[in-house]
Amino acid sequence: MQLSREQMLQAYRRMKIIREFEERLHIEIATGAIAGFTHLYCGQEAVAVGVCEHLDTDDKIVSTHRGHGHCLAKGCDVDGMMKEIWGSREGLCKGKGGSMHIADVDVGMLGANGIVGAGAPIAVGAALAAKLDGKGKVSITFSGDGACNQGTTFEAMNMAVVTKAPCIFVFENNHYSEHTGFEYAVGTQLDIASRAEAFGMKVWRADGTDFFAVHETMRDLLVYVRAGHGPAAVEFDTERFFGHFEGDPQRYRGEGELDRIRETRDCLKKFRASVVSAKLLTDADIDAIDAEVLSQIDAAVDAARAAPRPTPEDVLADVYVAY
Amino acid sequence: MAKMMYRDAVRSTIFEAMERDDRVVVLGEDVVGGMGTAGGPEAIGGIWATSTGLYDRFGPDRVIDTPISESAIVGAAGGLALAGKKPIAELMFADFIGVSLDQIWNQIAKFRYMFGGKSTCPAIIRMAYGGGFNAAAQHSQSVHHFLTAMPGLKVVMPSTPEDVRGLLREALRGDDPVIFLEHKALYGVTGEVPDGDWTIPFGHARLTRAGQDLTLVATGLMVGRCEAAADALAKDGIGCDVLDLRTTSPLDEEAILDSVEVTGRLVVVDEAPQRCSLATDISALVAQKAFASLKAPIEMVCAPHSPVPFALELEQAYLPSAGKIEAAARKVLGYR
Repeated sequence: MQLSREQMLQAYRRMKIIREFEERLHIEIATGAIAGFTHLYCGQEAVAVGVCEHLDTDDKIVSTHRGHGHCLAKGCDVDGMMKEIWGSREGLCKGKGGSMHIADVDVGMLGANGIVGAGAPIAVGAALAAKLDGKGKVSITFSGDGACNQGTTFEAMNMAVVTKAPCIFVFENNHYSEHTGFEYAVGTQLDIASRAEAFGMKVWRADGTDFFAVHETMRDLLVYVRAGHGPAAVEFDTERFFGHFEGDPQRYRGEGELDRIRETRDCLKKFRASVVSAKLLTDADIDAIDAEVLSQIDAAVDAARAAPRPTPEDVLADVYVAY
Repeated sequence: MAKMMYRDAVRSTIFEAMERDDRVVVLGEDVVGGMGTAGGPEAIGGIWATSTGLYDRFGPDRVIDTPISESAIVGAAGGLALAGKKPIAELMFADFIGVSLDQIWNQIAKFRYMFGGKSTCPAIIRMAYGGGFNAAAQHSQSVHHFLTAMPGLKVVMPSTPEDVRGLLREALRGDDPVIFLEHKALYGVTGEVPDGDWTIPFGHARLTRAGQDLTLVATGLMVGRCEAAADALAKDGIGCDVLDLRTTSPLDEEAILDSVEVTGRLVVVDEAPQRCSLATDISALVAQKAFASLKAPIEMVCAPHSPVPFALELEQAYLPSAGKIEAAARKVLGYR
């Protein structure tokens, strides 16, 4: 099924927003403007957007420490996120959470997460709620090749199968669990999808740097899950353009590796090449979005810089009791 | 006598133990780093640089880089210990203890007692704890209070490079599980570490300032903040005892009681929230056993009853500071 022009423009815009959001954070963090630990999603945009373009507000997602892309793809406000990362009281979480804990339940985004593997069980719970509501909604957990080694992920997969929960396990294999290679840390040395398959669920695999492959795979997968067959899993092969966290010297990378993946595995470049050569969109269409997104990110950074700071009294806001 | 950083005291003490005793093994996430990558092993050497060089010297059987699997890391440390080895497991952040809690609480802490004293479990579980890096609610916590509450564990909180050396050596010589809590903000602190073969026995507090007017009790990063408060008070002629507990289990009750019997005034400082904390525990101890010595109500300077917030201003307001400790001290001193 061919995507409409509007759908393609929207998908590209969302991917570009994630890209520029992250590239800008990389620069701002290096200047010391942003405190705390930040894990950038840059490089994996096609996965977040290819998945979330199929969802509406009532479908839920649960994210990871590398969560900005999932948040933006699911519809979290760009300004609200930037303000959160800056620690403003006008941030999406009032400056309480920061980069690793961005959430907005109003758009079905149940939280980035600082604990690797913590998201999968939560997603199963949200899926069970969707099953109770009976409206064909789903819950999605994003996990990396690091989280796929946590017991919590294994338990969640089995429980989802047992309970026929409409839960989707999206595994983003970017080849690094923190600073360790996939080939070392994932014992099967094969892939992650085969593990999910062993738990008794239907699985898909696709190139996570190809937006159209992700989008089509998710369309098939979602038809299956929304029809009530229980959980499913998908593994997307993708790339992480930055380190585990900002400041990571990345000594584990091979020579020229970052240049190579930026050159050959950049999902935005591949999207542009594909739609322009197929004459679906023009370079001018894409250039116009690039320019709009750059000014949107500039404006978001300006707004975050100028946003009001929290006060000591805010520490004890949103607790049910203080002593 | 050598000058070294806190993190180097951790690493060099582990190195020394591995040289001396081939039963000592290290395991944890990225303790080698770079496994299965183009950059190869030792690309990281632990994100806190507390295991750099161990893999090159001792190899993959004794320096075990693990997947991200905290429950299995801690459980495997328990199994290694039951089978006669001396494991040193690392949790990259103390907050990740939640993932592995059963293996600590229901397993490692209980083996010796449950098995009728017939087994030992000399597992050391190291972890980086504490706030100050705007790392938010799941990477900034202090966990000593609930670990101290678990029978069967020894809980160690070194505040200086010298104490890292002495307390880690002591942990390695013992037969019981030890939780070794390293404050993230102390890794870069430099101090003198004496040469020679010495240890620091558990349950012996360190008196870092001596005075007659007030007792300040703390652990870890809070020790330095108490010292700063004590130094400020000294300018007004007020003398403080500052007690660094070093271990919260076993607890040096005698040092606390002896000090309060002289000063009659106590401020307990704790980086964790106050309810059911080390601070309330020590306060109860003093109220019970040194009641007659007290000249004023005990003050506690703790974190508020909330998760650790992210924003700079919020975390600053959250953590006990030298200023808050000094204010609490003046309140106690001003009582009658």
